[in-house]
Amino acid sequence: MSADLFRLDGKTALVTGASGGIGAAIARTLHGLGATVMLSGTREAALTALAAELGERSHVQAADLADPKAAEALIVGAEAAMGKVDILVNNAGLTRDGLTLRMSDEAWAQVLDVDLAAPFRLSRAALKFMMRRRAGRIINIGSIVGSTGNPGQANYAAAKAGLIGLTKALAQEVASRNITINLVAPGFIETAMTGALTEEQRAALAGKIPLGRLGQPADVAAAVAYLASDAAGWVTGSVLHVNGGMAMI
Amino acid sequence: MSEVADKVKKIVVEHLGVDEAKVTPEASFIDDLGADSLDTVELVMAFEEAFGVEIPEDAAEKITTVKDAIDYIEKQKAE
Repeated sequence: MSADLFRLDGKTALVTGASGGIGAAIARTLHGLGATVMLSGTREAALTALAAELGERSHVQAADLADPKAAEALIVGAEAAMGKVDILVNNAGLTRDGLTLRMSDEAWAQVLDVDLAAPFRLSRAALKFMMRRRAGRIINIGSIVGSTGNPGQANYAAAKAGLIGLTKALAQEVASRNITINLVAPGFIETAMTGALTEEQRAALAGKIPLGRLGQPADVAAAVAYLASDAAGWVTGSVLHVNGGMAMI
Repeated sequence: MSEVADKVKKIVVEHLGVDEAKVTPEASFIDDLGADSLDTVELVMAFEEAFGVEIPEDAAEKITTVKDAIDYIEKQKAE
């Protein structure tokens, strides 16, 4: 097997939530493998800074995916800016944690909307173009909690579990058009959010992970890069767990 | 042949990659022209785009032949 199978030269990728730790790592990795990338997110300054770091082959289009109309506009904009979208990475997401007994309808709906409905809308819009080209990759970023659940995250766990169902249904719908849909399910990843933890808390967390450390955004990005590459041409409807062995499912 | 019929035929030939002679009014997209369910969705979307009409899901389901498509679009255009 040639290493070229993992290259992405000439390919274009749209990464949502690219201003976050994992999204930025995904964008960096795909770009490093030769892809042209469109960075999307709500924090335009962070996106612009990342684009400046990447240099050539990078574009920015801010979008607030809480707005149902934003998804289609983002896909049309990315198609126009890059000429095509070969790879869509549905990474944007948010959490509104709280125990179910105290969770408002609004907190439930917001998480379901951004974490599940937005990937659906983005996929639908992107597929119109991918179907014509008879090629495409959609990679959804799920979570370990979509398979295991997690107290305080009923909304987030439901959305991420829903994303698995969406991935599998869609994969079957468009497989005949040479389009693959897969999901990467990260475990506990070190990001700005986990930076607030004490050394003790981190050690306790790492103790629950067979590989003995928290994940890095780059660990997730590598899995995405594989699924985006020609090497994964025969992989669709699958869930790739990247969790250091925390849940072997 | 009407302008609509001509354009519909062209879209069908282009999308399904079939011989123009096979695209008769009675031809069924699935039974005669080798389309699968995804092709029929793509065709409907192509018609919508080409003619600037909206074809709702329940109407789209009833469009199974070339003639069905032409009739539906001509009716929409006339309204």
